[in-house]
Amino acid sequence: MHLPAILPWGVADGFSKQMLLVILSVVIIATFFLLAARKQQLVPGKLQFAGEAAYGFVRNSIAKDIIGGKDFMKYVPLLFSLFFFILVNNIYGAIPVVQLPSFSHVGGAYVLAGIVYFTWIAIGVKKNGLKYFKLATVPSGVPVYILPIVIPIEIISNFLVRPVTHSLRLFATMLAGHLIVMIAGSGIEYLVMQENILLKGTSVLVLAGAIAMYMLEALIMALQAYVFTLLTAIYIEGALHADSH
Amino acid sequence: MNQMIISAATEGAEPTNPLIPNVWEMGVVLAGFAVLFYIVVKFVVPMFEKTFAERAEAIEGGIAKAEKAQAEASAALEEYKQQLTDARAEANRIREEARAEGAQILADLKEKAAAESARITAHAHAQIESERQAAVVSLRSEVGTLATTLASRIVGESLSDDARAARVVDRFLADLENQNAGAAK
Repeated sequence: MHLPAILPWGVADGFSKQMLLVILSVVIIATFFLLAARKQQLVPGKLQFAGEAAYGFVRNSIAKDIIGGKDFMKYVPLLFSLFFFILVNNIYGAIPVVQLPSFSHVGGAYVLAGIVYFTWIAIGVKKNGLKYFKLATVPSGVPVYILPIVIPIEIISNFLVRPVTHSLRLFATMLAGHLIVMIAGSGIEYLVMQENILLKGTSVLVLAGAIAMYMLEALIMALQAYVFTLLTAIYIEGALHADSH
Repeated sequence: MNQMIISAATEGAEPTNPLIPNVWEMGVVLAGFAVLFYIVVKFVVPMFEKTFAERAEAIEGGIAKAEKAQAEASAALEEYKQQLTDARAEANRIREEARAEGAQILADLKEKAAAESARITAHAHAQIESERQAAVVSLRSEVGTLATTLASRIVGESLSDDARAARVVDRFLADLENQNAGAAK
């Protein structure tokens, strides 16, 4: 599954292309936003405007709208970092030659979902004390005789399944997209190599399909970055306002 | 070609489960994300928030300034209107005063002229009267003299004859006229 390492060359557990891309993504994001934010003016230039639009999108459309209140500013840096880290690493899959979404390797998705998992639990405990676990698992207004069924469901869905779905959703969409594009590529190559001219001609159909899938994958790459960040915001909001749910 | 790819992909690698993560990749993602998070917390968010705050302040400040200017302008307009009204009232008042004063002056002048004319008339009357008096006085004395002269002439001639007496009187009067004409020359 994993590509051979770049350094030392060919060793399975060495420094891989995926690692290089992850590090590169940090450089790209940091460089872009530091440049955009460097010369801050009241009337923004093009670069600053782009940076502000990107920052404002996470700040207002995700953090402010979901978490709201006066607390949301505290979580903007996390949501902002998550969104652009995932976005850039996903978009790698749509760039020719690079063509490797970092999160098609499951490790990165586990790490990010794990960070988010511990973050929202910590926020919930800090806000509500240990009572938070009761608030998160015992829904209010449910008849007592249903509780034995509801509580295990809540525990499983909130504390066990949630981080798994959170990470696998990102990983699986990226892997699937990566596979589809790769399979379409190999399919086109296979068909073009055929002797039969009619069979060779069908490669055009696959090419059209591959382009459509490529567009769809590009959309999904951006969408999954948004979904991951949005879910993070929803989890944080749920932990902050556990007593009112 | 594709045979080669498939063999290359499967060669020497035991089938791996895609859900089993590579620990090194996890480490790189964790470290990379930590660095990015640090940069974002330390630099990116504060810089953008500072600009947002400054912009909001600039816009709100501008609005407040504009409102203040507008209020000042309307106050000034109100003041000018008030002044204009005052000035109009003042002008009306002055005009009325001038008119009243003019009428007063005219009445005074008329009165004065009437008094003057009365005075002149009275003066003329007085002068005429005195001249008449003087004439009467001088006439009286002259008439006395004339009467005496005439009487002496009449007595000198003979006063028995009426015709003669009449002739003497006529001659006397003619002499008197000649005398007067000579005096007039």
